[in-house]
Amino acid sequence: METRYLIVGASHAALSALQAIRMQDAEGSITMVTRDDALPYSPTVLPYVVSGRSHPSRVALQGDSWLAENKVDFIRGAAVTSVDAAARRASFSNGKQIGFEKLLLATGAAPALPPIPGLKDVKFHVLRSLDDAIGLHAALPRTKQAVVLGAGLVGMHAAENLAKAGAQVTVVEMQSRVLAAYFDADAAAIIETAFAAKGVKLMLGAKVTQVSPAGEAVRVGTDKGAALDADLLLVATGVTPVTGYLAGSGVAVDRGVLVDDAMRTSVEHIWAAGDVAQAKGFYDEAKILNGILPSAVEQGRIAGMAMSGDAALKPWPGGVPLNTYTFFGQQAVSVGSQDAGEVVRKEADAKHYLKIVMRDNRLTGIFGINAPFDPGVMWELILRRVDLSSVREAFIAEPQKTARAIMSRTWR
Amino acid sequence: MAAYNTIAFKPELCNGCNACMTACATVKTGSPDHVNSRIQIVADEAGFELAMCRQCGDPKCVSNCPAAALAKDGGNGVIEWDGAKCVNCLLCTVGCAFGGIVYNAAAGHVVKCDACGGDPACVKVCEPGALKYLTTANIYREVGDLEDLFVPGLSGCQGCNTELIMRHAMRRIGPDTVLATPPGCIPGMGSVGYNGMTGTKVPVFHPLLTNTASMLAGVKRHYKRQGREVNAVALAGDGGASDVGFQSLSGAAERGEQILFICVDNEGYMNTGMQRSSCTPFGAWTSTTPVGERGSGKTQDAKNMPVIMMMHNCEYVATASTAFMEDLYVKLDKAIDASKRGFAYLHIYSPCTTGWRFPSQENIEVARKAVETNFVMLWEFDPRDGLRLTRSLDNPQPIAEYLKALGKYRHLEPEQVDRIETTLQKNVELIRDLAEGRRPAMAGR
Repeated sequence: METRYLIVGASHAALSALQAIRMQDAEGSITMVTRDDALPYSPTVLPYVVSGRSHPSRVALQGDSWLAENKVDFIRGAAVTSVDAAARRASFSNGKQIGFEKLLLATGAAPALPPIPGLKDVKFHVLRSLDDAIGLHAALPRTKQAVVLGAGLVGMHAAENLAKAGAQVTVVEMQSRVLAAYFDADAAAIIETAFAAKGVKLMLGAKVTQVSPAGEAVRVGTDKGAALDADLLLVATGVTPVTGYLAGSGVAVDRGVLVDDAMRTSVEHIWAAGDVAQAKGFYDEAKILNGILPSAVEQGRIAGMAMSGDAALKPWPGGVPLNTYTFFGQQAVSVGSQDAGEVVRKEADAKHYLKIVMRDNRLTGIFGINAPFDPGVMWELILRRVDLSSVREAFIAEPQKTARAIMSRTWR
Repeated sequence: MAAYNTIAFKPELCNGCNACMTACATVKTGSPDHVNSRIQIVADEAGFELAMCRQCGDPKCVSNCPAAALAKDGGNGVIEWDGAKCVNCLLCTVGCAFGGIVYNAAAGHVVKCDACGGDPACVKVCEPGALKYLTTANIYREVGDLEDLFVPGLSGCQGCNTELIMRHAMRRIGPDTVLATPPGCIPGMGSVGYNGMTGTKVPVFHPLLTNTASMLAGVKRHYKRQGREVNAVALAGDGGASDVGFQSLSGAAERGEQILFICVDNEGYMNTGMQRSSCTPFGAWTSTTPVGERGSGKTQDAKNMPVIMMMHNCEYVATASTAFMEDLYVKLDKAIDASKRGFAYLHIYSPCTTGWRFPSQENIEVARKAVETNFVMLWEFDPRDGLRLTRSLDNPQPIAEYLKALGKYRHLEPEQVDRIETTLQKNVELIRDLAEGRRPAMAGR
């Protein structure tokens, strides 16, 4: 079959590209293909499927009627296996080939498995697909001893869910603190304290040396102390972009698919967006992986505009690391870079944390736990490089209020 | 489908009473604690500002939600939050650049404005009128409910923009007005009337092209002496403003006469046979800048009238376009208000179907293209705040989009287009510099 726009993947980047294309081209044929046998969903919702808060039947980002309204040929359960850039054709695991005029790669990322001896001989969970989440949810009630490898967002969410389900949980993390990508040691300490109070054991700065079957359980050996026996092992040591199908395609891949500021790959007629893409960072020009939902939405939109020739396209401003994290009813928010400037305010106590980083009177990062500020407004202040010199003291004292006033005056 | 409703905020009218926050918090939570209000007024030394949900057309909170808990209602435009689906991840707050959806500790989840189902509590309690609940349809209905101060059946050309300007402007300005309409299309289509009858429902007179502003100034002074407060308004063409009437206009502006002079700029003397004026742009065909063996349109650039008037340091100067009516109404209100204190000048662009050679149904589209290409820039000036853009100059459409819509530019050679482009860039740079304070926006200060 042939299509004008071929989108591989069906999560945030794919959907926002699709919407952008339809704004410009109401009729051009669009085919969206996803490896999951499911309606479009977000990997970010999966921890809540695990906990039972979200039912798998209610997590679809868009349903069949929306796809029909937007005239999308939606093919599920077919993974892309190769791309022939010259012939403009992609092949899929269901044996189909689809010819395209323009192709968007939005294949996301997959769990990165660490090179731990014995891992391939034991049963373990990962959490990236809806099926993974359904499996992990089903395993919760019968889990007594759980080991989670990795203290990133996926690992920490899972540890909380397992602890709430009554399991004895140990988290093993190589770095010296949890959520190292988003928080410094003082902020992480608040999160670590909350987990410890709920009985979750955190082994930080520790490395798993090997895993082996032990009856029904898995024995996890670490470089710190005795081996742990787990009836559930979750490997959550990060993700890596899904790019294997691009071998021989000519599309340049570093850690992810390299893209320019309009999400174009090195090959004409092919774009990439979301977790699979490696685009410019905001703080320097180096291309980075910034696998977060808001970036996927923006990059998808830019790619869709570029693919459909929308003249209003504004180039990608660069990826800013940011995230939100709710743990045991507390809120942690991280916007921007920890070290792209100097710390102008920092306070931390048992339940509250706030850090503001600025350079040349411009905001470069703001981080809080149970501290009220508007992350979207702060992100915009960073992206616009708003000069705060005239309100510097007020901003440092009352960031939320001052930022809101600037917002209301500047981009009302 | 109805037009979407909006809660609009005018910061200059807000007095910081915070009644809106009390009302919102009470309606939504039963407690008047402002922390629970979905509308947040923030005060600082410069005044009052607002953080609340804008019910965006392309809502980032919705696209950032991993759980499909937020959706824009296609019927009423409100972004609805579904508590049964929300997972409390707060990614919506990352997407929103307006502080419109925030985590509320008491509720234990994010909260946002839902416009109270079409009857917002905040608007009802706003005494100074800083908050208004409006729809696009309401804006026009508001004006439509005002009396049309011209008779029906004026004999303007089909699709005439100037007739729209006259009717809309006078509706908004109201009947307590004395109107001057010097020779041009406006009296030509019947506003000053025939056989002793006028086509205008307010006192109107027909000055000479040369003395409009000075005659109107005298009339205004006469009323003042009598103790009567009236609006003194001139509706003049660009010829009557920029060429023949310029001396009296400049004098009245310099003296700070309390009148509003509206220049309806159709870039030439259109009612007498489409002759060029000093507002006719470079390259344009007119009957006196013909296109043929020797001629290829006007060989000089247009006089930048609104900037010249700004340099008089008038109480208020603004540019406007009928493609941006809300902006035009706001400027009319400000101009009338300013004319109580001093001289106000409004320069409204009026594409001319007959003289510019384009189909009559395209008039508003041509007006819109003029603005979207920056050929016409929308701004306002007052002596305290200087020049302020009322529409961004960023990301303009290519000028060719505008030129190719008009028959009067059909003959242009590439080098003429280059010159138009160069002049346009210079004009944009000038206005941008003025708006950003890199050049002083008034003479002699």
